[in-house]
Amino acid sequence: MTDGPEPIRAVPVRHPGRWVALAVIAVLVAMFVNMLVTNDAFQWRFMFENMFREPVLEGVKTSLTLTVYSMILGVLLGITIAVMRLSDNRIISTVAWFYTWFFRAVPRLVLCVLCGNLGILLQRIEVGVPFGGPLSRLTGLEAVDGKIWGADGNTILVGFFAGLLALTLSEAAYMAEIVRAGILSVDAGQSEAAQALGMSRGLTMRKVVLPQAMRVIVPPTGNETIAMLKDTALVAAVPVTTELFFQLSAIGSRTFQPFPMYVAACLWYVGMTSVLLVGQHYLEKRFSRGVAGQMKVRALTMGASK
Amino acid sequence: MVRAEGVRKRFGHLEVLKGISLEVAEREVMVLLGPSGSGKSTFLRCINHLEKIDGGRLSVDGELVGYRQSGDTLYELKEREVSRKRAEIGMVFQRFNLFPNMTALSNVTCAPVHVRGLKKDAAERRARELLDRVGLSDKADAYPSMLSGGQQQRVAIARALAMEPKLMLFDEPTSALDPELVGEVLDVMKGLARDGMTMIVVTHEMGFAREVGDRVVFMDDGVVVEEGPPASVFTNPQHARTKSFLSKIL
Repeated sequence: MTDGPEPIRAVPVRHPGRWVALAVIAVLVAMFVNMLVTNDAFQWRFMFENMFREPVLEGVKTSLTLTVYSMILGVLLGITIAVMRLSDNRIISTVAWFYTWFFRAVPRLVLCVLCGNLGILLQRIEVGVPFGGPLSRLTGLEAVDGKIWGADGNTILVGFFAGLLALTLSEAAYMAEIVRAGILSVDAGQSEAAQALGMSRGLTMRKVVLPQAMRVIVPPTGNETIAMLKDTALVAAVPVTTELFFQLSAIGSRTFQPFPMYVAACLWYVGMTSVLLVGQHYLEKRFSRGVAGQMKVRALTMGASK
Repeated sequence: MVRAEGVRKRFGHLEVLKGISLEVAEREVMVLLGPSGSGKSTFLRCINHLEKIDGGRLSVDGELVGYRQSGDTLYELKEREVSRKRAEIGMVFQRFNLFPNMTALSNVTCAPVHVRGLKKDAAERRARELLDRVGLSDKADAYPSMLSGGQQQRVAIARALAMEPKLMLFDEPTSALDPELVGEVLDVMKGLARDGMTMIVVTHEMGFAREVGDRVVFMDDGVVVEEGPPASVFTNPQHARTKSFLSKIL
């Protein structure tokens, strides 16, 4: 029997630093757990009794609904603005730049308050011919008025819708930048190849560029969704009173036990964010089709099945 | 099929094409040779309007590329019309440019389905025929990243053929390939030439030019220096620049 080279037997490098770190962290964790258990201010029983009450669950629903709607609308508007930003048309790209500049510059909290008070600015909201009212007065023709639909600003632009409007407008500005980065990350050869096949620019964008850009767009969009879930707490300033944090702190101030309710808020947000993280994981997997790391696994399994 | 008269193109201050005049007949295979930077790829890209020309006239099948002439006035074509004309010209790129998020089969069916409005199953049947023709019938469900460079380029050729082009443009199709993979791509191109496809090929593969080319055009510094049948250009070049270029690569 011919022996190959002798296997290596060496003394592994010692890592004393790891043991020291472990000891320090163990002590800190023990102290923290001790505090959780022994400090009466936590009022665990009180917290669990109150964190699942009807208005709180209503608040969870409002926060989740706001997150979903504002993200969907924000992403759609963001894609539109990103495409506008990359347009050859100077006017359109300037408008898009202006939008992202403005809505990234204004804090979300301020935007929420502003949208909640838009009723002062727009007492009536009407859809029809621009300047239709003054025009028809000027010409004496009633047809020019062209009013299709109208409503009282103070009934629409309050509460939920005002909050949704604020969050959507703000989110679209951030999403536009994310989508733009994604589109720019796709090799120029891809759109050239698509155009050489006779695809129009719109078709190239939809079928070739955006699907590939998604791989770059999805991870930061996941972050945005998580940030949005937490920022729904801001709509309390609109005001939207059915929102989660508002409800929890209301219970806290009513019962003079604010701290347990703040802990409850932490737990609710941590829980909901964790669920979102799972969803993000699957989305990322879906949009990395055809990319090297993924393919290795697939190639191996395909080879094995033959 | 292709007719160029004094075609000019500049990028900023750099004039890349300084008046190219060429003609390619139907079923002809024209090989474009020349040192890098001589403008051959740019000229190829002008033919399907990926680059806009600045001067001269360029027409494919009797119709101007990118413009419509009425009397003495030229009108720029709308995007939709440009796309329609591009669909009739196949193009194969040096770096393949396959769509990495689609399987080989979807790469081939993509344009027929979305541009021509072909039914999906009809497009797939045709795509499988084409993949078979380039020798890749077993790779239909593979993603580009699972294929070798040579296989990717053959899928790219099948993708271009799926639009049933009347003219095929090849922009250094084998330059990005490992040497042992060059042959399989050239074989597919030879097959196309035998079937009577009109082809303009930018390449450094002299063997291919000699065997398949009906005509060789040598370009340098944005002008056509010399053209003729491969046999005479290769064995008896007339110009000093052609001679020195050929002596370096043959």
